[in-house]
Amino acid sequence: MNDLLKSPSRRAFLRGSAAAVAGSVAGAASAQQPDPLITEVQDWAAITGEGVDETPYGLPIRFEDDVVRRNVPWLTADPISSINFTPIHALDGTITPQGCAFERHHSGAIELAKEDYRLMINGLVDTPLVFHYADLERFPRENHVYFCECAANTGMEWAGAQLNGVQFTHGMIHNMEYSGVPLRTLLEEAGLDTAGDLSDKWVYVEGADASSNGRSIPMEKALDDCLVAFKANGEALRKEHGYPVRLVVPGWEGNMWVKWLRRIEVMDGPVESREETSKYTDVLADGTARKWTWVMDAKSVITSPSPQAPISHGPGPLVISGLAWSGHGRITRVDVSRDGGMTWETARLGTQGDSKALTRFYLDTTWDGEEMLLQARAMDETGYVQPTKAQLREVRGENSVYHNNCIQTWHVKTSGEAENVEVS
Amino acid sequence: MSKFLKIFAPAAGGAAGVLTMAYMLADQFVVDIPSFAPALVSQANAASTDAAQTASTATPQGGFGLGREALGEEIAAWDVDVRPDGQGLPEGRGDVATGEQVFAEVCAVCHGDFAEGVGNWPVLAGGFDTLDNKDPVKTVGSYWPYLSTVWDYVHRSMPFGNAQSLSPDEVYAITAYILYSNYLVEDDFELSHENLAAFEMPNADGFIVDDRPETEYTIWRTEPCMQGCKDSVEITMRASVLDVTPEVEGADEEAAADPAPEGAEMAAADPAPPQSAAPGAVEDAAPDPELVAAGEKVFRKCKACHMVGKGARNRVGPMLNGVMGATIGGHEDFAYSSVFEKAAAEGRVWDEASMAEFLAAPKSYMKGTKMSFAGLRKQEDIDAIIAYLSSFGD
Repeated sequence: MNDLLKSPSRRAFLRGSAAAVAGSVAGAASAQQPDPLITEVQDWAAITGEGVDETPYGLPIRFEDDVVRRNVPWLTADPISSINFTPIHALDGTITPQGCAFERHHSGAIELAKEDYRLMINGLVDTPLVFHYADLERFPRENHVYFCECAANTGMEWAGAQLNGVQFTHGMIHNMEYSGVPLRTLLEEAGLDTAGDLSDKWVYVEGADASSNGRSIPMEKALDDCLVAFKANGEALRKEHGYPVRLVVPGWEGNMWVKWLRRIEVMDGPVESREETSKYTDVLADGTARKWTWVMDAKSVITSPSPQAPISHGPGPLVISGLAWSGHGRITRVDVSRDGGMTWETARLGTQGDSKALTRFYLDTTWDGEEMLLQARAMDETGYVQPTKAQLREVRGENSVYHNNCIQTWHVKTSGEAENVEVS
Repeated sequence: MSKFLKIFAPAAGGAAGVLTMAYMLADQFVVDIPSFAPALVSQANAASTDAAQTASTATPQGGFGLGREALGEEIAAWDVDVRPDGQGLPEGRGDVATGEQVFAEVCAVCHGDFAEGVGNWPVLAGGFDTLDNKDPVKTVGSYWPYLSTVWDYVHRSMPFGNAQSLSPDEVYAITAYILYSNYLVEDDFELSHENLAAFEMPNADGFIVDDRPETEYTIWRTEPCMQGCKDSVEITMRASVLDVTPEVEGADEEAAADPAPEGAEMAAADPAPPQSAAPGAVEDAAPDPELVAAGEKVFRKCKACHMVGKGARNRVGPMLNGVMGATIGGHEDFAYSSVFEKAAAEGRVWDEASMAEFLAAPKSYMKGTKMSFAGLRKQEDIDAIIAYLSSFGD
């Protein structure tokens, strides 16, 4: 009986063999035999389950054990300085659970206890300060939902369709509700009179890990909406997300969201650190490179159906669903095309996301069982329209690595399987 | 409430004393706790370090009076960033020769003896004139705009797994050696806090500030097309062709064995049969034995990728038995870059002149080559390598 609890079709789904299960699901509409799951008393309806002391901190039920972060081993030399991907094909709504939110470390995820945590503010401030963790919880705090996207998200797709799964093409993103203290509050606590004219000043932020990842941020952004966060989705930051304290830099590339934040220095210029010169700069076709490309432009992708989430039923009602976001503000509209961009229809925004946060969209439609070339196209409150890959390549070439916010195409076949493709 | 206190007590785990308990509670139920409790905790925390607690009595400009003034020693310990104008550099110096030794000890395991990069680890040298190629090689020499960044990063974040273990002199020496490996300085060069900021990197002018607002936003902020946007649509590329997606379950080993994105490890499916050395088989005269011996030493720079001699087979680069006199790009079972395929199609041959030119500047002689080696600077090394290679017939 317990075998019924194991979903035999899950692995088949993941391999894209949707056809193997389509019959059983579609057949439910016209049952010939009584369903034993209804007519026979099941174990779970007769025997008791687990008590409340079984799992003081719960994990997802075992049937969901494939909803996990995954790595692309060939991308990097070593998993300690590497990245993994959020299983966005299997999530809905907008909030990313911390446990499956993508990780990017430059020297691995460290263990840093609150008691051992120190945050220093120095440089052009009136009084250089050291805070303990407990000090931070005594400043007025705010809650905001923001997406965090790695600048390299979709970066493997510049030269062509490459990875067959939305987790891999678009999974360097997560979206959490952060609780923390505005960076502005801490800077003002140290005093900015010494800095004088703030319009040409910068803050340099660095982490406590061995990479001491450091980035320079213009003072204007630092005083605008950056958050020194210690909670995400209501609970302490997970180790891999920078416990006990990380910086949140809304709408800007994830590398600037320094984890294990230990130092903030007010400066009269940028440091030009490794991560803002040799990395996170975007090479154009003529060999010159853009630097300081901090903002993540508007982007969207259909998460279902997609290569890892094929259509598992036959023709009929179909929910096309996906995510949209913009580092410039709110998403105002998402259009979906089923014919590779010839015609578009406007999707329903399931949740009107906050500014610089994920928005969920749905197209509630009917599938005729024919092939589709599915695309989504986001617009944000500045009127920016997500570009095609061809538009991006025309301006930037194929070697930018970072900031690929192109329209993605999934080829959905009559079997319901989907493949990552490029179209004319 | 008392029952809940019992639940919370174990959560304090190892916390000793009433003060800590009060702190835990203050954290949870801050409204219920008398206002003096957090102040006591703050003092207790400060007392646990040698640092003076000055801030809780004085109220600085920010108005909350939280935190304490950072001490000079503390700032000195953490504020070690170095900027392009040399701000932050400690006094010190190191030369290329010292750098070569230190580099071999602590850097070469990942970056290779010649900063050419091992496996997927970063290549630090070469790549000049490739930034507008299909696959740019972004190294310290070809790409990094400021030398201060090298010093800062090596000093703070390297070596990987043992960061902040190098002395300033060692960092100057390593930085000098990286410049040398990029042919940017001579072998007698010494780098110090006095000359670092003035050193101009080749790609210093290669960067522009984000111009998306002008080049992209103005174009892409338009009402999008909804109907009849294209006449037809064709699929032009499929991910399944490349097939580089990781297997979902239990296939890590398989994926790890897959070729790296730049085709790093090309295992030879059909290794060439072992050949005995046949001196003089290619050239008219047998190569000078002394020159061959010298070439064997120089060939160490090539060994990471190329095999030659008995049992040689294709590795990262093609095996080199009989290469002198052979067709350029001529191994059928090696996946060459397109520039080599073209040379093979044209019937070009490796003679002394073409090999010498290639070894002096691989990237410019064979534009688009996958070979990451920056090239040999000395003519005597080139002559020696050619003599050495000539000693292996096919």
